[in-house]
Amino acid sequence: MTTPTNASGASASSSARYLLRGASLLGRERVDLLVEDGRIAQVGSIAGAPGATVVDAEGLVALPGLVDVHTHLREPGREDAETVETGSRAAALGGYTAVHAMANSSPVADTAGVVEQVHSLGRRAGWVDVRPVGAVTVGLAGEQLAEIGAMASSAAQVRMFSDDGMCVHDPVLMRRALEYVKAFDGVVAQHAQEPRLTAGAQMNEGVVSAVLGLPGWPAVAEESIIARDVLLAQHVGSRLHVCHVSTAGSVEIIRWAKSRGISVTAEVTPHHLWLTDELVRSYDPVYKVNPPLRTQEDVEALREALADGTIDVVGTDHAPHPSEHKECEWAQAAMGMTGLETALSVVQHTMVESGLMDWARVAEAMSVVPSKIGRVADQGRPLAEGEAANITLVDPSARWTVDPSRQATKGRNSPFVGRELPGRVVATFFRGHPTVLDGALNAPHPQAAPVVAQ
Amino acid sequence: MATAAADNGASRTAAPAQNALSGRVVLSAADIDRALTRIAHEILEANKGPQDLVLLGIPRRGFPLAVRLARKLAAADPSIAAEQIVGQLDITMFRDDLSRQPTRPPSPTRLPAQGIDDKVVVLVDDVLYSGRTIRAALDALVDLGRPRIVRLAVLVDRGHRELPIRADHVGKNLPTSAAEKVRVRLAETDGPADASFLEDHVAIESPAGAETEERTR
Amino acid sequence: MKHLLSTRDLTPGDAIGILDTAEEMAAVNDREVRKLPALRGRTVVNLFFEDSTRTRISFEAAAKRLSADVINFAAKGSSVSKGESLKDTAQTLEAIGADAVVIRHSAAGAPHRLAVTDWIQAAVVNAGDGTHEHPTQALLDAFTLRRHLARVAGTPSAGADLAGAHVVIVGDILHSRVARSNVWLLTTLGARVTLVAPPTLLPIGVEHWPCAVSYDLDAALDQAPDAVMMLRVQAERMNASYFPSTAEYSRLWGLGDERFDRFDTPAFKDTVILHPGPMVRGLEISSTAADSDRSQVLRQVANGVSVRMAVLYLLMSAKESAR
Repeated sequence: MTTPTNASGASASSSARYLLRGASLLGRERVDLLVEDGRIAQVGSIAGAPGATVVDAEGLVALPGLVDVHTHLREPGREDAETVETGSRAAALGGYTAVHAMANSSPVADTAGVVEQVHSLGRRAGWVDVRPVGAVTVGLAGEQLAEIGAMASSAAQVRMFSDDGMCVHDPVLMRRALEYVKAFDGVVAQHAQEPRLTAGAQMNEGVVSAVLGLPGWPAVAEESIIARDVLLAQHVGSRLHVCHVSTAGSVEIIRWAKSRGISVTAEVTPHHLWLTDELVRSYDPVYKVNPPLRTQEDVEALREALADGTIDVVGTDHAPHPSEHKECEWAQAAMGMTGLETALSVVQHTMVESGLMDWARVAEAMSVVPSKIGRVADQGRPLAEGEAANITLVDPSARWTVDPSRQATKGRNSPFVGRELPGRVVATFFRGHPTVLDGALNAPHPQAAPVVAQ
Repeated sequence: MATAAADNGASRTAAPAQNALSGRVVLSAADIDRALTRIAHEILEANKGPQDLVLLGIPRRGFPLAVRLARKLAAADPSIAAEQIVGQLDITMFRDDLSRQPTRPPSPTRLPAQGIDDKVVVLVDDVLYSGRTIRAALDALVDLGRPRIVRLAVLVDRGHRELPIRADHVGKNLPTSAAEKVRVRLAETDGPADASFLEDHVAIESPAGAETEERTR
Repeated sequence: MKHLLSTRDLTPGDAIGILDTAEEMAAVNDREVRKLPALRGRTVVNLFFEDSTRTRISFEAAAKRLSADVINFAAKGSSVSKGESLKDTAQTLEAIGADAVVIRHSAAGAPHRLAVTDWIQAAVVNAGDGTHEHPTQALLDAFTLRRHLARVAGTPSAGADLAGAHVVIVGDILHSRVARSNVWLLTTLGARVTLVAPPTLLPIGVEHWPCAVSYDLDAALDQAPDAVMMLRVQAERMNASYFPSTAEYSRLWGLGDERFDRFDTPAFKDTVILHPGPMVRGLEISSTAADSDRSQVLRQVANGVSVRMAVLYLLMSAKESAR
């Protein structure tokens, strides 16, 4: 598929030229794309490009490089679960060119020092832009605001703040956080989970939990926080992002908030677009996640909301865990699922092949809007001349079976294990450099460009 | 085996299998009745009368045979009340081959009201083969009491003993090959369940099909 | 049947088969030599991550009466309390040569994990997992009720189901593994079940269960059920606001002396009281009721051994063919 023009070809510097021939732009018109000096030099019918490596993109869909608003890279602190290196490799293989690394590392990313560390680890790895997320409160403890300003003006240029994993449940603290981030054009990404209603919760509360005898995580615990937060965001005129929306009721509240002009964005994970709490009947902790898998009605509502834009983006909530945290009793098991390497395929299966979305909307939900939410420069841009060359090529006709042991992430906790998925990422171009070619990792970006906020 | 079946073809193997189900009848209903009558007289003779006799049938088909024997004893000696000397002895839990058999729920053990202590217990079974069933029955008996004498009566002795056990009273000795199966059918146990049941009989099944079944166990 | 994890998995035939086998086991328990050689040379491990002396000794007695070797593995004070995983514990038991593992665990689904993973090949018996199920308790309850109904009707209990019987289960349904196992098993056997509890102690989704639900114990008793099963109520629930006070709980949902007086009316002449134990006298049941001749509590304990013998025998004698 790839024809390198010199021996070092693919792994050469970003100044190399690539001619992507015959790609279907957002699943529509067939074009050639010339990539040069990290930028898209030309789009259209290109007769020839001397010295360029030709990538046969016939039948492939070209998307702007994917941007994940919700990734757990685990470093620093849990390098046995994932590192910035392994997590960003997984991201590249999944078609991503940027990820937002959540703050619940150890130490927590609640100071300029930690976010700069994560940021520089990301640049050193060179597979994607690693955009650290700063904690809202010190130690995610929900008691005292973290130094948001210091993180925002650090080298990491943090714009998204979240206590993800924990809910900023104190209404006064949440109000202050929403107000304070305005000074830095920031956004608070809320993990909506009323803690008292979910003490000890193990799975969605409903028909299945009643039978399994597992303590329930009721939908209202998510919905009540979202309802409160959209009203707070309206009151203080701030930006709110809702992480991993999981219930039909949450969708209704967000739809209502948007109709009132409230500045709220919402995210859904690939697994909540497909899987339901029926899977918990197996007691296999690979299906244990927070928020929990819900019901089929919720899945339908989430798909509809993502299609009509009520839910803006797909965020993976990629949450790798060492196998010993999953090979145990349900109650003892860690919550979370890997997702970077399956997200696009799951979205294709649940949204594109079901006719709910076209590829242009996929690009919106997985690249354009996520980069706007996170204020990521040069990402989520149109595939047009002069733009940074962040491009993902997908073969929508491919079929593959998920085998976690063959993934780049250290996490083996994919809930899609053994399932056949459609769509394969054939190539990922990160600032003009192919991090993935022929569906396999190529090489990291040789000189990761400075990452700046817009 | 699989090759042979393939060579024979499906239509040819089907027919002998049908025949195999009926088998070769070696004891008719009348033969069985005569054999039981003779055994009843032998029991009385060996015991020098009806004193202390208890008949314990081993499920499933030993029990109806024990009942029939008890009636014949009562017919021969009016001092005997058939229902008061007959019982059932389940040996399921005493088998040494539990793990090699499909799980079977145990049958009830019922002893006559007089119990078995110091009695002359005659164990009754349909077929004596390896002797393992009787070994299990002797163990089961020990846990229930202490008979004065234990004897064994069987309708058929087909040989191939694996333990030093022999019957005191035998309806018929049937030399068989290990590949063959001896099939006993009695009105009490098989009549209700099997619509094609006509009358009591003992048959030998010896086709290749039976052999296959034995080996694959 | 390779494992016994939940009564939901049992067909009516399976359930009656277990109860009938338990009848034969009960006969052995009446004999002078209360021992059968059926499981000689087999090893049963009682793997108890939660203290439960009653259940453990019942299983221990059952296994020993079948001549199995019994290893009691109490997780407390063992390597488990030092952080050993269920997986490592299971693999240790496999290496020791356990043929059956009787597991009691605070985590719902733990027996299920043992059964479906490749950690261990042994037959797994759920002896109570979290607030999920306690299948042998339900089986002994069904066994006790079946014998009672047969005695009243003057018919043999072997082979019978529970068609036409009405059982009222009262108490903390939300946290009760006994209630769950009983709802599935009793209804599988044809009985009608009514659950009675304060709304706070009923699970969300209970309306999908094959039983009636009521908040009113007196209204449920108006139907003169064949059995009333009182569940233990932990006083700690009061502190979690499931109910305002133990006094109010006993007044509304307890089988106190006043309610028990109804048992003297003709409609209640054959009604029995079941309780999985241990009882909290004065809270969910008065001493008068608990010590009355209607109480089957001690019969339940005795029947527990027979039922567990039946389960161990049926699972372990099937082992080789299942492997």
